[in-house]
Amino acid sequence: MQFKSMVISNVELSPCYFRMRMTAPQDLGTSLPGQFLMLKVTESIDPLLRRPFGLFDVGTFQAEYDETPHTYVEILYKVVGKGTRMLSALHHGDGIDLLAPLGKGFRLGEKGEEKILVGGGVGLAPLYYLAKALVAQGEKVRLFAGGRNRDDILCITEFERLGVETYVATDDGTLGEQGFVTEVLEKHLGAGQRIFACGPMPMLGAVSRMAEAHGVPCQVSLEAYMACGVGACLGCVMPGANHSDQTPDYRCVCKDGPVFDSFELKWS
Amino acid sequence: MHKPDMSVEVAGIKMRNPVMTASGTFGYGAEFADYLDLESIGAMITKGLSLKPKAGNPTPRIVETPGGMLNAIGLQNVGIDAFIAEKLPYLKNVQTPVVVNLYGNTLEEYGEVASRLDGLPGVAGIEVNISCPNVKQGGIVFGTDPKAAQEVVRLVRKSTTKPMIVKLSPNVTDVVSMAIACAEAGADALSLINTLTGMAIDLDRRRPILANVTGGLSGPAIKPVALRMVWQVAKNVKLPIIGIGGIMNGRDALEFMLAGATAIQVGTASFLDPGAAQRIAREMEQYLTENGIESVSSLIGALNA
Ligand SMILES: Cc1cc2nc3c(=O)[nH]c(=O)nc-3n(C[C@H](O)[C@H](O)[C@H](O)COP(=O)(O)OP(=O)(O)OC[C@H]3O[C@@H](n4cnc5c(N)ncnc54)[C@H](O)[C@@H]3O)c2cc1C
Ligand SMILES: Cc1cc2nc3c(=O)[nH]c(=O)nc-3n(C[C@H](O)[C@H](O)[C@H](O)COP(=O)(O)O)c2cc1C
Ligand code: FES
Repeated sequence: MQFKSMVISNVELSPCYFRMRMTAPQDLGTSLPGQFLMLKVTESIDPLLRRPFGLFDVGTFQAEYDETPHTYVEILYKVVGKGTRMLSALHHGDGIDLLAPLGKGFRLGEKGEEKILVGGGVGLAPLYYLAKALVAQGEKVRLFAGGRNRDDILCITEFERLGVETYVATDDGTLGEQGFVTEVLEKHLGAGQRIFACGPMPMLGAVSRMAEAHGVPCQVSLEAYMACGVGACLGCVMPGANHSDQTPDYRCVCKDGPVFDSFELKWS
Repeated sequence: MHKPDMSVEVAGIKMRNPVMTASGTFGYGAEFADYLDLESIGAMITKGLSLKPKAGNPTPRIVETPGGMLNAIGLQNVGIDAFIAEKLPYLKNVQTPVVVNLYGNTLEEYGEVASRLDGLPGVAGIEVNISCPNVKQGGIVFGTDPKAAQEVVRLVRKSTTKPMIVKLSPNVTDVVSMAIACAEAGADALSLINTLTGMAIDLDRRRPILANVTGGLSGPAIKPVALRMVWQVAKNVKLPIIGIGGIMNGRDALEFMLAGATAIQVGTASFLDPGAAQRIAREMEQYLTENGIESVSSLIGALNA
């Protein structure tokens, strides 16, 4: 759905990373972890296109002025360019136009499996809402978070507060183990698990290969350049596993994803 | 004042208002049903259709540029069989004319797609995209050579009894001679403009941003070029014209009508605002009401110039 929202808060968590809370219609409360939203940073034509962000959290809050619970949606974002820079300048009370929820979310899997979340950098964002849903189902959840340095590792205490066991790896060793998060992950993989991963493509490729080698089912959440977010422009496609020029099999990240089973995709 | 008359007719296609959705920016209609009332717009034009399914280009396929975007989708589409089986049944239930945009990789293919669509209920008309490379002739674009364009239009004319709109490419030195060539070959209406060929470069990586290197520019950035071309063609060709290019609101749309367009298409605007087509129709009507104009068709070509 498309709706006008209001910024409730927009807080800098670490250099370049912000967490923004916005008002949302009640219906958004049923959004699935892994779904995303698209927002128009400005009413002007620069930047022109909407920007996509995963749902970091959806919940309700009590306002001071009345008793009824109000729905909010949160995103966790990194400032990387013009749009996110403008976003970071928004304040409480500013209006913003949203499309949400978009895309297909994570399927939570079967009860009793150990749930393994793997996040690279800002890829951590959609995993928090997922962790909440899994914990609410009574699942055991472990999080593997990776980044270049300690500033890239966000909201770990929030995950821990949910009861999630966390493992951290950074390229420079400023937080957790030094190295790739996938190296840490590999030591903990085994039967009876299910993986949910979000992050840069090389990381997702490594995770999906590892998952296959260990026979662990794995879902990945992808990013792509998007224009429409609703499956109309065909700008955001990824080749499916059996794609070739003769038998084209492109999947829309916005509509068929952003979450895919890792075996659905072609990993070059 | 009573409500202004918003209806227009293009090549025998009767529309409740002049707002059509541009090919490739509105999917097959269903994608937008959650965001607007499909029965509030004038007509829908579907994604460029070819005989066989088409894979399209590798990614990145789109990139934003100041006031616009470049796309090199590569005309990915489901092909005519899947279109008829999977997309058309839905569209038939919507009480809004559906115009099918089509193209061919060869001259013959244009004719085949057109004849397959001829006689199909639920297809109000066709729009022929001539901004495609002729695979058999070294990739020269049909729509940039008046002779090649004429061949395509003649062949499609023979292959269909449906109203035929020919969509012109702006990537030419003289759009008027292209328009005249297509009119002579039997077009019932002309739509313009398709995207302007452009390019974007990543300085630091020293690489083109699009996998296809070049792409088509659309959005507000191209509106002045589109207006100029519509105005030039309208002065020189008798056929009804459909104006396209960077239309974001009702005022933009009405400017195209003043320049000589009978109807307009909304493209990139639907990406920023999935309800854009309906909103633009409403804004046009509002303008007429506020200015005491009784019918939108009275504005066609009414520019004081
Ligand atoms: C489904 C989905 C979910 C996302 N979730 C989040 C999230 O939760 N938090 C977050 O911080 N970011 C997320 N992103 C990425 C985010 O959309 C981009 O970082 C943002 O659009 C950049 O806008 P900008 O104007 O600041 O950058 P621009 O000025 O447009 O570009 C700056 C740089 O960012 C890169 N970039 C731009 N757009 C994208 C994109 N769509 N995907 C990947 N890289 C891009 C460009 O390559 C460029 O190098 C998500 C993307 C998708 C597709
Ligand atoms: C992503 C995208 C895909 C397009 N696909 C087609 C197509 O398949 N056939 C066609 O004739 N035009 C296609 N176009 C061109 C549009 O129909 C329109 O002519 C152009 O975008 C200019 O209008 P705008 O500035 O309002 O977007 C496409 C444009 C975009 C942005
Ligand atoms: S963003 Fe347009 S199809 Fe996915």
